[in-house]
Amino acid sequence: MNHYAILRIVTKLLIPYILLFGLYVQFHGDFGPGGGFQAGVIFAAGIILYGLVFGIGAARRVAPASIVERLIAVGLLIYAATGIAGMLKGGNFLEYGVLAHDAGHGQHWGILIVELGVGITVAAVMITIFFAFAGRERTE
Amino acid sequence: MQQHLPILLIITPLVAAPLCLLLRQRIAALALALAVCWSTFAMALWLLEIARNTPGGITYQLGGWAAPWGIEYHVDTLAGLMLVLISGIAAIALSFAPRSIQDEIPAGQHYLFATEYLLCLTGLLGICVTGDLFNLFVFLEISSLSAYALISLGRSRRALTAAFQYLVMGTIGATFILIAIGLMYMMTGTLNMADMAERLKRTIELREQTVVVHQTRTILVAFAFLSVGISIKMALFPLHLWLPNAYAYAPSVVTGFLAATATKVSVYMLLRFVFTVFGVQFSFQTLPFDVGLMALALIGIFAASTTAIFQTNIKRMLAYSSVAQVGYMALGISFASENGLTGGIVHMFNHALIKGGMFLAMGCLVFRLGSVELTDLRGVGRRMPLTMFAWVLGGLGLIGVPVTAGFISKWYLISAVLERGWWPIAVLMLLSSLLAVIYIWRVVEVAYFQEPPETDPPVQEAPLALLIPTGLLIGANIVFGLWTTLSVGAAGEAARQLLGASP
Repeated sequence: MNHYAILRIVTKLLIPYILLFGLYVQFHGDFGPGGGFQAGVIFAAGIILYGLVFGIGAARRVAPASIVERLIAVGLLIYAATGIAGMLKGGNFLEYGVLAHDAGHGQHWGILIVELGVGITVAAVMITIFFAFAGRERTE
Repeated sequence: MQQHLPILLIITPLVAAPLCLLLRQRIAALALALAVCWSTFAMALWLLEIARNTPGGITYQLGGWAAPWGIEYHVDTLAGLMLVLISGIAAIALSFAPRSIQDEIPAGQHYLFATEYLLCLTGLLGICVTGDLFNLFVFLEISSLSAYALISLGRSRRALTAAFQYLVMGTIGATFILIAIGLMYMMTGTLNMADMAERLKRTIELREQTVVVHQTRTILVAFAFLSVGISIKMALFPLHLWLPNAYAYAPSVVTGFLAATATKVSVYMLLRFVFTVFGVQFSFQTLPFDVGLMALALIGIFAASTTAIFQTNIKRMLAYSSVAQVGYMALGISFASENGLTGGIVHMFNHALIKGGMFLAMGCLVFRLGSVELTDLRGVGRRMPLTMFAWVLGGLGLIGVPVTAGFISKWYLISAVLERGWWPIAVLMLLSSLLAVIYIWRVVEVAYFQEPPETDPPVQEAPLALLIPTGLLIGANIVFGLWTTLSVGAAGEAARQLLGASP
């Protein structure tokens, strides 16, 4: 779709805002509607849009498959590590209250980090699925 | 440490799975997965021991939020027994894997195999440990999705269609279960199993009438969705059609692991819902769930055993036999008596050992012969005596010959039947064992009484790395045929806990 000037330019204009909105939904999720899952999907949508308009090759250069695959694992590990940190600090698994000196702060930190892990994994999985389907079409 | 055991059991494989993905190196990933599986098994044994000595079972509150608001993990004798069974089979089957997957899965995908295997283990263990309905659904999805991926790793291209077929059926099943959980949540406002069991008995105001929540149409519909959804997942006849292909075309290790655990966990879900959440009174007295279950179980035993006789692919034959064995478990549950339930639960345990062992023996055959067609097995009893001996011992267990574990479970099932005085069903059960004799004999005849084909070099016995795990499971089948303190003891305790009103 590289020769459609309007699509290309509008996409270039939109992508930063899509990514920014993803980050907003991610990090504002503890105050308003949102959270890691939604943010991950929105963020991945930005990359997928880039891939649709500028080609899979360009998208793969932005988000190399090997790194994206590792990010799937990293997100899950961030989530689990937060839970285990709660256990090491004397609480139960995923008990955030013990993470900081003050229970309220602990809850705040805990949910923020856990949702970050969720966001990373969801975004990486969405991008991987897109690459898997899109890449298949090209080889055949 | 001890109070964290229920969650450690889940998060150890859950954390190891992404680590395997990051390691990307086949030996490191498989070694980590093996270490994790065996330590999970050790933890499960410890947990069962504690759970049996704690009246009411162990509970663990995730995030420190008290039930019924937070997610609660609850381990009683039944859950503990399931955890031991699943983690034990997982550990033994994975010990079989490194050598077996060399031929069956491309080396570049071995770390993915380890990751998916651990995720599947996480899901299966999670289903047994959780006391929260939505959490149960989440774990069900974790185990199912990874199971689809594991099956699709099979060497033949048909593995892909088999996995897709399973995916479609499995998703329908899981969706039905989710719909049921949603309906129940709508009527009770809780997701905690114990709390829901209690709230289902309360009365509510509905259209200016006072009714018990149990009797509302919504709950009846929920029960219908649940029983169909779980029946798909446990491959109860006639909803078993996804199973034969999935088992036949998956890699040998995966078949051994899933055949021994996945359907059993679904039977566990059935027990949990029918006995713990809905209660015996509602399921068996208000609704004729026992009659339906018994009819399907008996038809399933005969239909699947007969189909098994006509299979030429031995893995498919064993898969059909699995459908028949699920029938025996369902039969035990349908009696809703202590002996019947004990029989059903013991059969779940014993059949897992038998089928796990037999499918691993099939893995040994695939390793040397590269085929599981009956005609390629000619004379293999002379070329691979140990493998075939293990296979035959497993087969005797399926038939229910004394000294094997299969005998113990059928003994309890038959005594439960006779206790009710339903001797025609006892006759049917004995007849169905004869069908098992036929399909096992077909393989024995070909393997022992026909001349092996002249190949150069002649087919050799499977390597020890494969024989030892196979022998462990088949040996367990004999051990639990002679020593029943653990299996029958824990199953009896579990049956009494299920029948006693409290969860």
